[in-house]
Amino acid sequence: MSTGIGARVKRKEDKRFTTGQGRYTDDVRVDNQAYAVFVRSPHAHAKITGIDKSEAEAMDGVIAVLDGHQLTGDGIGNLICGWAVSSKDGSPMNMGAWSALATDTARYVGDAVAVVIADSRQEARDAAEAVVVDYEELPVVVTSDKALESGAPQIHDNAAGNLCFDWEIGDEAAADKGLAEAAHVTQMRIVNNRLSPNPMEPRSAVAIYDSAEEHYTLYTTSQNPHVARLVLSAFYNVAPEHKLRVIAPDVGGGFGAKIYIYPEEITCLWASMKTGRSVKWTADRSEAFMTDAHGRDHITNARMGFDQNGKITGFKVDTLANLGAYMSLFSSATPTYLYATLLSGQYDIANIYGNVKGVYTNTVPVDAYRGAGRPEASFLVERMMETAAREMGMDPAELRRRNFIGSFPHQTPVIMTYDAGDFAGNLDMAQKAADVAGFPARRAEAAQRGKLRGLGYSCYIEACGIAPSAAVGSLGAGVGLWESAEVRVNPVGTIEILTGSHSHGQGHETTFSQIVAERFGLPIENVSIVHGDTDKVQFGMGTYGSRSGAVGMSAIVKAMDKVEAKVRKIAAHVLEASEDDIVIENGAVKVAGTDKQMLWHEVGLAAYTAHNLPAGMEPGLKETAFYDPVNFTFPAGCYIAEVEVDPETGVTKVVQFTAADDFGTIINPMIVEGQVHGGAAQGIGQAMLEGVVYDQDGQLLTGSYMDYCMPRADDVPFYTIEHNKTVCPGNPLGIKGCGEAGAIGTPPAIINAITDAIGNNDLQMPATPLKVWTALQAAAKPMAAE
Amino acid sequence: MTKVSMKVNGKAVSRDVPDNTLLVDFLREQLRLTGTHVGCDTTQCGACVVHVNGKSIKSCTQLAVSLAGAEVTTIEGIANGADLHPMQVAFNDHHGLQCGFCTPGMIMTGIDMVNRYQAQGRELTEEAIRFELEGNICRCTGYHNIVKAIDAAAQQMSGMAKAAE
Repeated sequence: MSTGIGARVKRKEDKRFTTGQGRYTDDVRVDNQAYAVFVRSPHAHAKITGIDKSEAEAMDGVIAVLDGHQLTGDGIGNLICGWAVSSKDGSPMNMGAWSALATDTARYVGDAVAVVIADSRQEARDAAEAVVVDYEELPVVVTSDKALESGAPQIHDNAAGNLCFDWEIGDEAAADKGLAEAAHVTQMRIVNNRLSPNPMEPRSAVAIYDSAEEHYTLYTTSQNPHVARLVLSAFYNVAPEHKLRVIAPDVGGGFGAKIYIYPEEITCLWASMKTGRSVKWTADRSEAFMTDAHGRDHITNARMGFDQNGKITGFKVDTLANLGAYMSLFSSATPTYLYATLLSGQYDIANIYGNVKGVYTNTVPVDAYRGAGRPEASFLVERMMETAAREMGMDPAELRRRNFIGSFPHQTPVIMTYDAGDFAGNLDMAQKAADVAGFPARRAEAAQRGKLRGLGYSCYIEACGIAPSAAVGSLGAGVGLWESAEVRVNPVGTIEILTGSHSHGQGHETTFSQIVAERFGLPIENVSIVHGDTDKVQFGMGTYGSRSGAVGMSAIVKAMDKVEAKVRKIAAHVLEASEDDIVIENGAVKVAGTDKQMLWHEVGLAAYTAHNLPAGMEPGLKETAFYDPVNFTFPAGCYIAEVEVDPETGVTKVVQFTAADDFGTIINPMIVEGQVHGGAAQGIGQAMLEGVVYDQDGQLLTGSYMDYCMPRADDVPFYTIEHNKTVCPGNPLGIKGCGEAGAIGTPPAIINAITDAIGNNDLQMPATPLKVWTALQAAAKPMAAE
Repeated sequence: MTKVSMKVNGKAVSRDVPDNTLLVDFLREQLRLTGTHVGCDTTQCGACVVHVNGKSIKSCTQLAVSLAGAEVTTIEGIANGADLHPMQVAFNDHHGLQCGFCTPGMIMTGIDMVNRYQAQGRELTEEAIRFELEGNICRCTGYHNIVKAIDAAAQQMSGMAKAAE
């Protein structure tokens, strides 16, 4: 069976996970291990007037109770946002101070105030409850619109009116003109509901301080261990980089929440030095709900204008983005450059203007969650298109077709240059697979069963393969977004790939091996992937933004190019042939048209024995590459959802779901389909089930799986998945990326389908049975009055 | 502290533990069987599912001291030497896992549901599998391939049961 590009190779990593031998951070146990439990603010906004640790310190097993004054006193730096966004008047964003342990003020429920280190987790937990913190409660604000009202409670002294930034993109005058000239204007207020990412493995850290070497080791649940090390070192002053090793072993899902460096990892490292003990902390689920960065939470007012023929004339968008109480690591980029740069959708729109206000509230910080800004853009654009079609009495697919971008490259008015795509082809493919022609019959059949059946489209586009370093640097990023790889051919010919990408469910050990095995004609078993350890792997940027294929694999290809060049030189020298005549196939390095060859491992051995190498050649066979992408990549597709609503109860089932995605080249279709399945389930979750709720006092009402509705197996259907394959011209394998599409494309398809079913377009996410039933009653009312 | 003795994966074990020790902590911390995971605090996610006396339970909500003399099977104990259990094979065959964190619980729940349905002579339909997975949350797979894997393993296990008759 082929194991090369395009083969459905079963995953190499599964054996350890299916036999209970995965090694996650909480599975790590080290000598001298103690446990940390955090004392957290029960108030959403309060002055800390005193901390009495005496009772806790006297309890059994307690090693230390540490607070924010001790932490800052030791020079541990504040948490920072790594992407500088400027307001439209040119002023820099107003970053509020965030100490890993709050010193004077707690700003959200769960803000860490102190930490207890004890011999056992139970002792630490008991002692944490005995720490007495005196609070002076302050007024609270939890929503972005209320936080901007005059007289709202002030969260940071340096952010007047709770405004972090007031950012814009596009040409406002042109968008206004386009709207003024429109024959029809669609206007909507859209709330993109706040979500909790919920990787199934809670965050965890094990910090080990070696006093003899003044060296730190951190095992942690990270999507990007090198970035963690950099930030912990350069900004938080925990340790210099060469004295800090960060290991992200098996990581149980990320979805964005494990990109960031949180107060807990910083505190554990510092506490390990402070106490001379190794310190382990693992979040329980309620802590995860309270402290993992949330996603989404936009309030948007938008207007889209159309001419007589349904061509878009202008699009104007006004968004409030809730940032929470502090700026998380990439929180400024998520609602700006990852959101508003996609406002053109798949459409040829000449005039676009977007204004985004980033707003502080007394809630946990908000940052990237699967899709990060692009789901918000896709939901907005695709709800506007569907709504406009209904208002104008047009077929929603036809309205989209009239506006599709048809030639590439295409420069949008909001920065992005789309390099390739086939938007009409994706729509055709989805319509055929979903049997849209048969929908009226299915709707009629459902009606006979007393069910309301609806169909909704979503033609999403996203920018991923993040990202060209110079481009993101010009937009304010504090880092470059290239990726690294080392291809290490051993003397026996087996290969280790050291990659800066990190796998936390994506299956890199399989897919990365596939591209290497195919390139050199080797058995896939002869390739192993090394990642997630800063002591083993050269600096790398990690995995998020669907970048491991487009950027991570491109780095591997670049390193393989260098290996191949050296292999050719060695073989040509040993076999006394011309380099141009050397071919590599089926694990052999041959002279074309002759029977002369070296087996792959013979070349490896020759490189390391170095007895007979070309003059001047260095021994060894190991190459490193750093790949910096030339552009973003633009996965796009068409999703079609069909739902059935029970009008008596509002209970809604997704009965058919079809995805036609264009991800460019696909290495392993089985794994890619799995990514779409999972993303679509998260999209169904956002559309119908999930929503973080804070009450007006800032108490988190959705703090467990009893209150926050995660998608279960019976909430989702089997998914039909088709692939269009427009090759991405920007990278050597032609990959666009597939990790986030499901979460980006699904919510609008679901809401478009439900609103189609109930005949009322006024429906916000999550479309719970109560909301659907209420909307249905509202739709029925005018008819009853007639 | 109480002395707790039970059989875990066929082996007699005995440990002195605090009375409030949960079974999952007994397995993970005392026996270092770390394949059983904790994903929530409220008995919802099912990452901690093990079998006690042949029935699936959530080990995060059971005190170890209440299980004196019990036979406990964890994810580490279901393979027959190098031969994996059909449910383990099916999860690999059908790509029923991604990050792997919920997987041990999914597999233990899957085995239990197949055994129960077969013992009761009931058909394990797609709908039944989805219903039975109510107490197991996966954030990665969208459940599509988990349902397929359990279905395939059920066929395999049914064939093995018939062959054994």
